[in-house]
Amino acid sequence: MTSESLPHAQPDAVMDQKGTTRQAASTVVQKKDWRRPVARFLLYLILLIGGLGMVFPFVWMVASSLKDASDIYSLSLIPPDPTLGNYREVLNETPFARWFFNSLVVALITTASVAFFDSLVGYVLAKFRFPGRTVIFLLMLSTLMVPTEMLVIPWFVMSINLGWTDSYWGIMFPGVISAFGIFLMRQFFMGVPNDLIDAARIDGFSEFRIFWKIALPLVKPALAALCIFTFLGNWNAYIWPLIVVRSEEMRTLPVGIAFFSSEAGSAFHLIMAAAAMATIPVIIVFVIFQRQIIKGIALTGVKG
Amino acid sequence: MRLTLERRKWIWAYLFLAVPLIFFLSIRIGPTLFAFWMSLHEWDPIALDRPFIGLENYREVFDDEVFWKAFRNTWIYVVVGVPAGLLFSLVVALGLQRLIRFVGFYRVLYFIPYITSLVAVGWVWRWMYTPNGVFNDVLSRLGLPQSGFLGDPGTAIYAIIATTVWQGLGFQIVIFLAGLESIPGDYLDAASVDGASGWQTFRDIVMPLLNPTIVFLVVTGVISNLQVFTQIRSMSSAGTGGPLDSTISVVLYVYQAAFQSLPSEMGYAAAMMVVLFVVILLITVVQLKFLSRGAYD
Repeated sequence: MTSESLPHAQPDAVMDQKGTTRQAASTVVQKKDWRRPVARFLLYLILLIGGLGMVFPFVWMVASSLKDASDIYSLSLIPPDPTLGNYREVLNETPFARWFFNSLVVALITTASVAFFDSLVGYVLAKFRFPGRTVIFLLMLSTLMVPTEMLVIPWFVMSINLGWTDSYWGIMFPGVISAFGIFLMRQFFMGVPNDLIDAARIDGFSEFRIFWKIALPLVKPALAALCIFTFLGNWNAYIWPLIVVRSEEMRTLPVGIAFFSSEAGSAFHLIMAAAAMATIPVIIVFVIFQRQIIKGIALTGVKG
Repeated sequence: MRLTLERRKWIWAYLFLAVPLIFFLSIRIGPTLFAFWMSLHEWDPIALDRPFIGLENYREVFDDEVFWKAFRNTWIYVVVGVPAGLLFSLVVALGLQRLIRFVGFYRVLYFIPYITSLVAVGWVWRWMYTPNGVFNDVLSRLGLPQSGFLGDPGTAIYAIIATTVWQGLGFQIVIFLAGLESIPGDYLDAASVDGASGWQTFRDIVMPLLNPTIVFLVVTGVISNLQVFTQIRSMSSAGTGGPLDSTISVVLYVYQAAFQSLPSEMGYAAAMMVVLFVVILLITVVQLKFLSRGAYD
């Protein structure tokens, strides 16, 4: 993952070798010697400016959220008269804590469910031979072709008829098993040696215990990646919760923020406080686990 | 004896697959078929009568000017947003790959937008885009003319695309970095020994080997841009795809027809969704055929 371990990340080494073996090229190499640190410095600088540009909206969000309604258009990066009043107002006017809790419940339960079912199905499809295996795999894979946005209409009709609107189950049910995750886990389970599974069978392990104790620990990185993706996707999900939730209390964070913001209209000092409360906890968690999260996401791109 | 062991494994497999199979049949495949069926009806959820009208909804879709507007806009989201995202992320990834120190810090900077809620950051960008906002302030300080951004039908869609590209950049960078790392160092050393220039190495070695990565990013990017919804609802005026329908997407129009219009036109919305579904399917198949061809040449 770390690019410093890559041979081609250090073309200098190659250059130096060439310089010592070939006299004729030495002037060229020397010419490049003073240019190299400069180029490197410029690279760091340009990427730093770009990176600060990437996080500027968040800086601006926090700065604006600390400003009074009268200062909001002052457009200074440092609030002239910093106040937490906007945060207090958002918390007083909306069931913000409840929205946060709802998002957490939905994202955690969905992630646990996806982690369990997707790895179980992926394992069975990778390691069991039984009639209908290909058909079942293709059946599940084919659902990837149908975008969730297309299904919100039938899901809504279904939820009305079954009384699922305005409940956690109603928000969660479309995502409790994911075809993408099954495909991902299957790819990784195929790399688990069959000998290991057969040995466990001879030792008298039950099929479920083989999966749980032998196979699953071997694909932990993939499982972690799947969990990160599922959690993020459900934490930030918008269109389906927007449709299925009716009451203010059952809104998830994105839905709550959307309603609050459109009602607040141009009260951007309040909207920025709400946006900050929704994004900053996620950013903190991300910064703590950035290594694992980025590694996990790269993994899905390689195998998926 | 061997047969019974085999049979027992079959039973275990079916047992493990039972719940997921029920899920896929009832939550995915059933509703897909149900959507097709709905599209053949005049469907108002509160009406008692939902008459079968055959392909009438589809005929109406093709005559609906707003649908075509939404369709064209969706196309702009794709053909502007996907290449812009790929270009920026590739350039940044090539730069980040050369860093030796502060790698984690740099990656965090570029990746943060991807993990945050699109609704929340959509509103942050909306705030920056306002006529008296920070972007116009910077423009006027630089002596440049101000822009209407989201308020101007000519620029609104590009303002939203800029936010979309910004938000997705981190993901694409990480995927590109993983792709770049999978290129064997020997190839690059060999090219360097042979005296290939940086550009030649990039064009003849790095790009062909990155092909699978690019295919993956193009396919996922096209699919997600064809379904663009959240950022338009957060950023366009009143969340309706304005001004003058200049930012409305197919999914947003479908949402409005199904859930906001009175009486609800769910059958009609389902028909539009089916049209979009067919388009996504065709584009994905064509892309996979066309784009992955070069990978093994």
